[in-house]
Amino acid sequence: MTPRISEIWVYLSASPLLGLTVTLLAYQGAFWLYQRSGSNPLANPVLIAVTALVAFLTLTKTSYETYFSGAQFVHFLLGPATVALAIPLYTQFRRVRAMLLPVVFGLLAGSLTAVISAVLVGRFFGASQSTQLSLAPKSVTTPIAMGIAERIGGIPSLTAVLVIITGIIGAVGARYVFDAMKLRDPAIRGFAIGVASHGIGTARAFQVNEQSGAFAALAMGLNGALTALLVPIIADWLTGG
Amino acid sequence: MISALSALLVFQLIGEVLARSLDLPVPGPVLGMLLLFLALMLRGGPGAELRTTSQNLLQHLSLLFVPAGTGIMVHLHRVADEWLPLLLSLLVSTLATLVVTALTMKLCQRSPAPGEPS
Repeated sequence: MTPRISEIWVYLSASPLLGLTVTLLAYQGAFWLYQRSGSNPLANPVLIAVTALVAFLTLTKTSYETYFSGAQFVHFLLGPATVALAIPLYTQFRRVRAMLLPVVFGLLAGSLTAVISAVLVGRFFGASQSTQLSLAPKSVTTPIAMGIAERIGGIPSLTAVLVIITGIIGAVGARYVFDAMKLRDPAIRGFAIGVASHGIGTARAFQVNEQSGAFAALAMGLNGALTALLVPIIADWLTGG
Repeated sequence: MISALSALLVFQLIGEVLARSLDLPVPGPVLGMLLLFLALMLRGGPGAELRTTSQNLLQHLSLLFVPAGTGIMVHLHRVADEWLPLLLSLLVSTLATLVVTALTMKLCQRSPAPGEPS
């Protein structure tokens, strides 16, 4: 690098402009690929964008903190977007009320399965105690999951990573699971995605169908609250502590 | 768009304040979503502006997870230490949750409570 270019780089790498720009560019590229693939779930835009960004930041030796000083402006919008989920929920409310029974029992069964199976499978394959506790809240949205992990003695930052991976697995895998089950009802598909894989699953559901999206949003909110109540009660018993 | 964004932020703010002052296990934005939902029920639906703005926000909900997702680079070594149990646990558990939730809902839908029309 000539001195001039490295000077520019020093300036750019310290300003939020770069982090924000590369986030939008990476997502735009990922979304383009996703659309080119015919909205194939394997071409999940979060997965592609995150992979590209991690590669870029590693190659340019940029720290995550520096990157986040710019990317936080995008991150911040998660709050208002979560609030905005009330609108599709309102639009679909008639259908939600008609499905009250399936919603209540689906939520209970799904929430318990998410927590218990994550801990038991982790334990069976030799995960440490603190890792098992970090796994327990992995199906709920990041802020709730981190709060739960902290309360039960897991590692909150590890939980945050596990939550993201869970979201991507659900967003990528759901269609294949439901097609294999011959399940077509967009409400049930959406609700199950929301219980299993929170906001990332909900984002995918919205790209497929508005009714799926509304049910996913509902499931995400309900499962967050239920898991927060449930996990502290059963965590000790589950991990054998 | 500005008034819609303000409305969303105000509900988030109320949710945040309530969650913290009452020490609730639910994060502020989720509570804000619930409150906005109740407000919509009372008001009889969102205005055109709120509808459009929320649609625009939600259409690219995936984008908003990218900065947090990139945080994975900080924890790669920790994940690498126990990658096999972690990967198997997340895969099995997420897919099992999808199947169990969907099956339970399907069963409940097929067998309405006695006395209820099907």
